[in-house]
Amino acid sequence: MKKLLSLLLITAITVSALFAGGSKEQQKGEKPFKMAAIFQTSIEEPWDGAIHAACEKVAKEMNITYEFAEGVQAADFEKVVREYASRGFNLIVGDAFLAGEEPSRRVAKDYPNVAFAFGSEHGPQEPNYSVFDNWIHEPAYLSGIIAGMMTKTNTLGVVAAIPIPEVNRLVNAYKAGALSVNPKVKVKVSFIGSWFDPAKAKEAAVAMIQSGADYLYAERFGVFEAAKEAGVYAFGNMADQNSLAPDVVVTSCIWDVYPLIKKSVESVKAGTWKAANLKNWSMMAAGGAKLAPYHGFDSKLPAKVKDKVAAVEAKIMDGSFTVPVDESEPVSD
Amino acid sequence: MINEIFSLHFLTGLLGATLRMSTPIILATLGEIIAERSGVLNLGIEGTMLFGAAIGFLTTLSTGSLWLGVLMAALAGMLLALLMAVLAVYLGLSQHVSGLGITLFASGLSMFIYRLVVGSPTTPPTITPFTPVAIPLLSKIPLIGPSFFNQYSLTYFTWILIPVVSIFLFRTRPGLRIRTVGQNPFAADTVGVNVNLTRTLCVIAGGAFFGVAGAFLTLAQQNMFLKDVIGGRGWIAIAMTIFGNWNPVAATGGALIFGFLDAFQLRMQSLGVNLPFHVFLMIPYLVTILALIGVSGKASVPAGLLKPYRREEKGG
Repeated sequence: MKKLLSLLLITAITVSALFAGGSKEQQKGEKPFKMAAIFQTSIEEPWDGAIHAACEKVAKEMNITYEFAEGVQAADFEKVVREYASRGFNLIVGDAFLAGEEPSRRVAKDYPNVAFAFGSEHGPQEPNYSVFDNWIHEPAYLSGIIAGMMTKTNTLGVVAAIPIPEVNRLVNAYKAGALSVNPKVKVKVSFIGSWFDPAKAKEAAVAMIQSGADYLYAERFGVFEAAKEAGVYAFGNMADQNSLAPDVVVTSCIWDVYPLIKKSVESVKAGTWKAANLKNWSMMAAGGAKLAPYHGFDSKLPAKVKDKVAAVEAKIMDGSFTVPVDESEPVSD
Repeated sequence: MINEIFSLHFLTGLLGATLRMSTPIILATLGEIIAERSGVLNLGIEGTMLFGAAIGFLTTLSTGSLWLGVLMAALAGMLLALLMAVLAVYLGLSQHVSGLGITLFASGLSMFIYRLVVGSPTTPPTITPFTPVAIPLLSKIPLIGPSFFNQYSLTYFTWILIPVVSIFLFRTRPGLRIRTVGQNPFAADTVGVNVNLTRTLCVIAGGAFFGVAGAFLTLAQQNMFLKDVIGGRGWIAIAMTIFGNWNPVAATGGALIFGFLDAFQLRMQSLGVNLPFHVFLMIPYLVTILALIGVSGKASVPAGLLKPYRREEKGG
C-alpha cells in the first residue's frame, strides 16, 4: 500500500512538473536563456566589476536571466559552479584563474551541454570550456605615449598589485609606449602585494613622486590621491576613472568585456559554441579594450599628443601595428 | 643610489611616510593594550577596524563632515567591542574564538552595510579626505618640520594619546585598578573593584581606538572604502602589543619601526634595487617576527589575560 502510494505521488509530481515546464514553454515559445557569473572576490574589485558590468548590460539588452555569486572561496568554487550547471544555466562565466581554475574545468567535463567561459592563462578545454583574459596592453601603450610626450621629469611610475602576466604586460606596454616617443624616459615600478590596500598604494605613489615621477599608471586604487596632493598626473585602469579625480586622471585604459559576453551568448544561442580562446574579443580591434575619453584633459593635452595617439590607435585598429606582449616581471629603472 | 638615500629630500619623505603609515597601527595598539591590560585579548581588532573604516566613511559620505565620521567610527568600534565584552567577559567564552568570530562577522557586516548605502558602482564613491595640517613655525624646521609637523590632525591626536594612555595606565588610580584586574582579578575583587565591569569598559574604550584607527585609512590616508582596506594592520597591532610588553611607549616604538620599514621598502622598490619585490614587502613583517622572538623571553604577560573571571572559582 505504502509503495503504491509513493509511486502514485512520484508519478503525480513528475507529470505536474512536465506540464509546468510545458506550459511555460508554450507561453514564451522557448526556454529563457540563463547566464551565471562566479567571482572569487567582491564585484568592487575592478576585474570582477568589469565582467559583472558586461553581464548586466548584456542581460538587460538581450532580455536574458542573469545571476551571480561573489566572494566565492576556493573551497566552495566547485560547488557553486556545479550548482549553476545543474540548475540548467546555459552559459557560466567567471573570473577563475588561481583557485577557480581546476574546479571550473572539472565541472565543465561533467556538463558538456553547458557553455563555460572563465578567465585563464591556459588553453581552452574541449568541448565546452572557453578561456579569456584581460588584455589592456594596447590602451596602456597609448597612455605610455601620452606620458612619454608630456613628462617634464622624464620619470614615469606604475603602482601595481602583484606581478602576474596580465599586470606585467600592461606595465611593459606602458613603458614601451613611452619609450617609443621619448627614449630618455625612466619608469619606476612598485608592487604593493595586495589587491585592496589603497593606503599602501598611495604611499607607494608618494614615494615615486618624491623621486621625480610625474605621470603615474594606477593599476590599483589609491594613486590618484597622492597625485592630487602633489599636483602630478595619473592614468586609470580597467574602467573610466576620471570621475574619481578629474584634475589628475588624464585617461583610463578600459577593459570592456561587453563584446566578449555578447558574442558568447549569441554563439550559445545559435548552438555554435566551441571551446576557444576568446582573447581577441578583449582587444581594441573588437572593442574589448579602449582608451577612455580625455574629459577635462581634452583641452589640456596639446594637439600634437592627441594626434600621435590617434595615429597609433588607428594602426592598432587596422592591424598594421601590433603592441608587443612582454610578460617579463618589470623592475624600476 | 646611496646619494639618493642620504639626500634631505629623501629622508624628509621617508620620515613623513613613517608617521603616516604607523598612525593606524599606533592607535589600534593603544586600544589593544588597554583591553589586554584588563585581561581581555581582543582579536576582533581587524574586523572592528574595518567596521570603523566603513561606518566612518559612510557617515562622511552622507553628511560631508569628517569629524562626524571619526565620531561615528569610534561609536561603531565601541558597539562591536561591547559585543566582544558580552561574549568574553560576561559569558566567559574563549577570547580567541570570540575575537576571531567578531572579525569574521564584522568583515561581512561592513561590506553589507556599504552595499546597502552605495550599491555596487564600477568606480567607488569618494569623499574629500582630511588634508595635512602644517603647524606654524615648527613645520619650517628643515627635515623634521615638513615630516613631523605637516601631518593629519588624527596623527597629532594619536601622538597626544600615547602619553595620555601611558600616564592613565601607570600613574592614576583607575589605571592601577585596570592593571590589577588584568594581573590578579581575585585581589581586585577583594578590595571592591568590579572586575567584569572594569574589563567591559576597557574593551569598549579599546574598541573606540580600533574604530578611529580604521577610519584613519578611509578618511585621511585615503578617500574610499574597499573590502580588506585594513590589510592586516590589526594583526600587526596585536604583535606590537606583545613587542611593547603591554607598554604604550614601547609599543609605539615598535609601530614606528614597522612604519619606517614599510615606507623604506616602498622607496627601495622605486629606486630600482634589483631584488624580487617580495623581499621588500616581507621586510617589515620579518623584522616584527624577529623582534617578537627577541622579547619573548622577557615578556610580562598580564597574568589574568585570557581567563574569564568567576568569583566562585576563586582559589580553585
